[in-house]
Order: sequence, then C-alpha cells, then structure tokens
Amino acid sequence: MKKTDTIIIGAGPIGLFAVHQLGIKGLKSVVIDNLDKAGGQCIELYPDKPIYDIPAVPECTGEELTSRLLEQIKPFDTDFFLNERVEEVKQEKENWIVKTNNKNEFTAPNIIIAGGVGSFEPRKLAVKEAEKFEEKYLFYAVRDKEKFKNKTISIFGGGDSALDWALELSKFSNVNLIHRRDEFRGAPHTLSEIKKLEKKGKISIKTPCQLESIEGKDTINSIKVKFDDGRIEKIKTDVVLSFFGLIMKLGPIAEWGLNMNKKTIEVNAENFETNKKGIFAAGDICSYPGKLKLILSGFHEVALASVECFKRARPNEKYRFEFTTSSKTIQGRLGKK
Amino acid sequence: MPKITYKDRDGNSKTVDVENGLSVMEGAVQNDIPGIDADCGGAMACSTCHVYVEEKWLDKLHKAEEAEVDMIDMAYDPKKNSRLSCQLIVSDELEGLMVTTPEKQS
Repeated sequence: MKKTDTIIIGAGPIGLFAVHQLGIKGLKSVVIDNLDKAGGQCIELYPDKPIYDIPAVPECTGEELTSRLLEQIKPFDTDFFLNERVEEVKQEKENWIVKTNNKNEFTAPNIIIAGGVGSFEPRKLAVKEAEKFEEKYLFYAVRDKEKFKNKTISIFGGGDSALDWALELSKFSNVNLIHRRDEFRGAPHTLSEIKKLEKKGKISIKTPCQLESIEGKDTINSIKVKFDDGRIEKIKTDVVLSFFGLIMKLGPIAEWGLNMNKKTIEVNAENFETNKKGIFAAGDICSYPGKLKLILSGFHEVALASVECFKRARPNEKYRFEFTTSSKTIQGRLGKK
Repeated sequence: MPKITYKDRDGNSKTVDVENGLSVMEGAVQNDIPGIDADCGGAMACSTCHVYVEEKWLDKLHKAEEAEVDMIDMAYDPKKNSRLSCQLIVSDELEGLMVTTPEKQS
C-alpha cells in the first residue's frame, strides 16, 4: 500500500493543477486516471481546439494547456497511475484507502476527485451478442497485434483508429472496413493508402452500413451488416474490432456514499469538501450554487481544497498563507533559488 | 418563445418553451428532459445529446458541419436524421420542432 498526502482521481487540468497547489504547500500526491495519458477531456476530446478563457493565456489548445500544466508540476515529481480506474474507496480511521482495478492500493488523509464527467471508456457495440465475444474475438482496442495475424478481421468505425488499424493489420490479415457513411475522417495519407489497398484487394470497404448481428457459438463465424438501402450482407469474420471513440462513465464514484446531484458531487463552496471529511471534489464533477463548468473555476476550487488538505495532512502544523512571489519555502519547493 | 417537443422512443413526449438563441440541448437540460446527457456541455466534443429530427424539419435546419457529422459517427445508433441537439439553435423558424431521443446516449 502506497502512502501519500492526497490521492487525486483524474489527470485532467484540474487534477494536474491540484498537484501544484498541494505541492507548493509541501504535500505529496499521486494521480490516478483511466486514460493512458494525462489531460482528461482536454486531450481526449479537444486536443486541437483552441481555448480562449484561461486567464492570461489568450489562446491555447487542449494539448498545449495539458503540456504546460505538466511542466508546471514537474518540480513535484508526482507518480501517475494511468490506465487505472479507482474501484473502491473506504475509510480507515482518519485515512482513506483507495483501490484500483489494477490492484494498486493507496492510503492518504485526503482524496480530491477531479473526475470530470467520469472515466473514459470505449463505446461498445449495440448488438446484444457483442458482450459474450468481448476480449476474446471482439475488441475495442488493440494491445497485441500478433493476436490478429492471418485472420479475417472486420473493423468498424470511420476515424483515425479504424483507418490506422485497417492499414496495419492488412499487412498480414484480410480486413473489412465498415462504416455507416461513405466519407471517412482520417489523415489524407492514410485514406489514400487504404484506397490503394482496396484496389489491390487487400482491404474490402463496406459503406454505408451498420452492424446487424454477430454470428457464432463460442467463436465468431460471421457478421451481418445492413446497408442504407436495406440490403443485408453476411461477411465471414474471425475477429471484430470496433472504434467508436470513448464515452465518459461516472462508474463506481456513485457508490462511495457521497451526496450526488444528478451526475455531480455536492460540495461546499468554502473548501470543496463533500459530505465525507477529507474527500473533495473539484472541476466539472462538483456542484454547488452558482457552479460554472469552466477550467478556471476548477483551478480556484483545488486551490481552496488544498488548504483543507494541508490541515488534515499536517494537523500539528499551522497553515500559513504564502505568495509564490515572496515565499522562499515555496520557491525552494519549485526548485528556484 | 418557440415550442420544442422532445419525444422518447416509447412515444412519451414533452413540449416546452425554449428561448430563442438557446440550443435544443440546453432546452432539454433546463427542463429536465431525460434522454439527453450532454456530457461535454455543448462543446461538440461528445455525442451524448444525439437526437433524431422529425423528417419534415431536416431541410429547415442549417446543415451539419463536418465536425458534427464526425461526432455523430460516435453516437449510439446513428440514422439519416441524426443531429447533435447542442448544434440546433432555437429560433422562431423552429416553432413546433420535434426531436426524438435515442434508446440511450452511450
């Protein structure tokens, strides 16, 4: 079990800035996120979209904001646990214990939930038989491409992931690329490569159509797709890959005994603590009268929450408010002389 | 104020007044209409405000821009009349608009 001062759930902009606010107060933290990288919605949903309302930054993209925040928290040398979702939160005296789906355990007096709208998870196929083949013959991500050698693979989706994997896997397998409309959304170069492979008969493109059913008992034998004109085609298939992006799911957070308001966690606007002492919520996931779902509001929320985190983590020390411009202690923590 | 009707797939419907300038998504959220999640809050970054627009209205709406169509690819059960309700801005021309929410948003 790893001990720290604060466990931060969510590596979006608010979780990252929480590391900073805790760090300048001398508190250690760990960050847990279900995505494979830091940045949350900024990196997953709108990496290239400009944001215009970060104070003193007239314009920056989601990706730039993330990389600047990561740079800002570098001095604190924080451990990130990515690709991990928090499953369980329980109390042990004054401390909280957090368990992840990757069997990691953490303990700390404080938890800051900066979980946005929940954790990102792949959007699953709608047909009901999809579940029984999942992780065996139907996948929402490719971890080990060796598994897909010399197979007949049907890939669903019209974006970069679908196109990139169609290209890659066509090197050693038969690939069907299936999309609901004729246009694909992907890098032009990838698209032209795919068109070339289609001419050579290496990739078969099926549009505009959608999945109707998956057939097979223990393994997948074939799939049926339905075209816009109503025609149904049966396609021999060993493996189905589906790339319909990620969706956000609140997940286990709803079961931790926190007061919820729809999909958000109720907090007080003084220190952003929930109804459980030592559990805070900040950013899009928290609600209080007047709450605005803006990144800048989340920055304010973690700044205030970090003060209460200090009091709980250092009960025998007096909290002193300090400015970064004048505090030698803070400057030391930031590695400045 | 234009009246907008939100229907679910079972046929239950609710008609509410939505102020001009608000999106059909905002109209739903403000009036506690179930079936429209709008996780990203209208940034056209998710597809959880997906609705089906009654056929006769399709031509009266501005055409979906590419980014919206790309996002609809990610929606649950997209159809020809799929739109993201965050991109439909209410105006007098839309008086009486009816949209149907999908079986689920994710």
